[in-house]
Amino acid sequence: MPLFTLKNMSKIIKELVIEQGTVLLNGETFFKGESTEIGPFLKSLYKHLELKYGKYFKMDLLSKLGFLGAEILIDGANEIVPETDEVALVFANASSSLNTDANYQESIADIPSPAVFVYTLPNIVIGEISIRHKFYGEHMFFIQTEYNKEELLKYTESLFAETNTKYAIVGWLEVDMNNEYNAQLMLCSK
Amino acid sequence: MIVFGANNIISPLGWTSEENFKNILEGKTGLTIQDDKELSDVAFPVAKIKEIDIQQHLEEYPDVVGYSKLEQLCILSLKQIIANVDVKNPKTGFVFSTTKGNVDLLKEEEPGNDVYLGNTAQSIANYFGFQNTPHVISNACISGLAAIVFAKRMISSGIYDQVVLLGADILSKFIVSGFQSFQSLSAEPCKPYDANRDGLSLGEAVGSIILYKKEGEDNSGEIEVVNGAISNDANHISGPSRTGEGLYRAIQQATRNNARIDVISSHGTATPYNDDMESHAISRSGLSDVPVSGLKGYFGHTLGAAGIIESIISTMALKENVVIATKGIQQQGVVQPITVANENIATSTRELLKLMSGFGGCNAAVYFKKHE
Repeated sequence: MPLFTLKNMSKIIKELVIEQGTVLLNGETFFKGESTEIGPFLKSLYKHLELKYGKYFKMDLLSKLGFLGAEILIDGANEIVPETDEVALVFANASSSLNTDANYQESIADIPSPAVFVYTLPNIVIGEISIRHKFYGEHMFFIQTEYNKEELLKYTESLFAETNTKYAIVGWLEVDMNNEYNAQLMLCSK
Repeated sequence: MIVFGANNIISPLGWTSEENFKNILEGKTGLTIQDDKELSDVAFPVAKIKEIDIQQHLEEYPDVVGYSKLEQLCILSLKQIIANVDVKNPKTGFVFSTTKGNVDLLKEEEPGNDVYLGNTAQSIANYFGFQNTPHVISNACISGLAAIVFAKRMISSGIYDQVVLLGADILSKFIVSGFQSFQSLSAEPCKPYDANRDGLSLGEAVGSIILYKKEGEDNSGEIEVVNGAISNDANHISGPSRTGEGLYRAIQQATRNNARIDVISSHGTATPYNDDMESHAISRSGLSDVPVSGLKGYFGHTLGAAGIIESIISTMALKENVVIATKGIQQQGVVQPITVANENIATSTRELLKLMSGFGGCNAAVYFKKHE
């Protein structure tokens, strides 16, 4: 059953919050890490999910956060099948990729690293999730000064109305320059 | 019907869309070899807006002087198109597309709040008094075209009647060193689709345009934004799909297999992989015979501005019934058959396909139609 139905047509199937070392799925505790610090916390969450995905270890923090969030939302959602253009990815945050940008900036004087530079774009997390699940669909990364869920849902509605999109992973995906993190994601259906 | 309205381009080729268009038709390029230690340890070809020109334009507007360089250029561009826009109208949207915004500020001890793209957009919006909160889109190199797709959808779904679109990126050591670390910069001005192409050239520019809902019978001369689509390669974060999968899909969605495209305004960065990838997507779409016009040889790759400024120039060319030459190509050398325009072609054109691709495997296509 959907948690609630929006004014128009889309339904929110699952909701996920990741903050302060805790993962809440549909309002209930899904996982609690021993550490709230982003590095150790994401590591423990990855282990908890029993994933085996080599590319994960190359990702920056924003991509790891979004990747794991998407894994949790997609797990058990049998309607989401890989190799599709029916799943859209619509994200936003305030800090763009500034967490990695700052790391890259420090490396410039030394030897600039292409492996770091590629993550100086907020939409790379969309690429990572797309590669994992072979999602060819619509996607967009917005920057907002604070989480504006309505903007994202309005856009998602327009995707349901105008494109092949039937499902969407939508929401807030933030890792700031001080390694503070917050994810608020939804799995929506048309 | 959603159409293009007033627009402006600021680039090394000029301070209005018309000036840029005229210089491009004359085959001029903004790319010059610069030995600028602020940007690069070695001299390299780049399309940089002259500092002296910016200062000169600022003389007229002392209230813009206190902003960052990026914001100054954005404000100067919007000033050229915004006179007739009701910025207080709740049905007027403002969309800002940028890849890196004020990232050059990160080199400062205290970068301040201007490194946040949302703040940059809000300062620009406040300058003009927009009532609505700006939408900020940052999707690597497709940002500008993604912003057009977004704006079109917001108008189609009745949220806005008109949208002011702004795309901007400026050069910084951050960006230049990053592309250098990938060994993607050519030592010479870029050569899109050429057999000997060896990388891209960077540029800086700002573009702005108004998209609005046109009602009424007489549409003659209008450029309609018919449809747009975004698709992912689902293949690699920094390399384009070898088969052009995402771009092929974006083209199919944007044209709904139902267009008679007269000209393709391509991404054409002149990296070996990108141009081959595009040749796959174009030929898979059955568009091998359609002239391909790539504009990076004039502007360089202007990141978040590229989708906006290239769409402006390509739709101006549509109106003038000309296909703009892909500057820099000598001997075509891509893996699949496509028809790269290597000189300006005077021919009747009506339907245009604009393409962009970028890191993260993202691809965008927009289908434009000129009404006679």
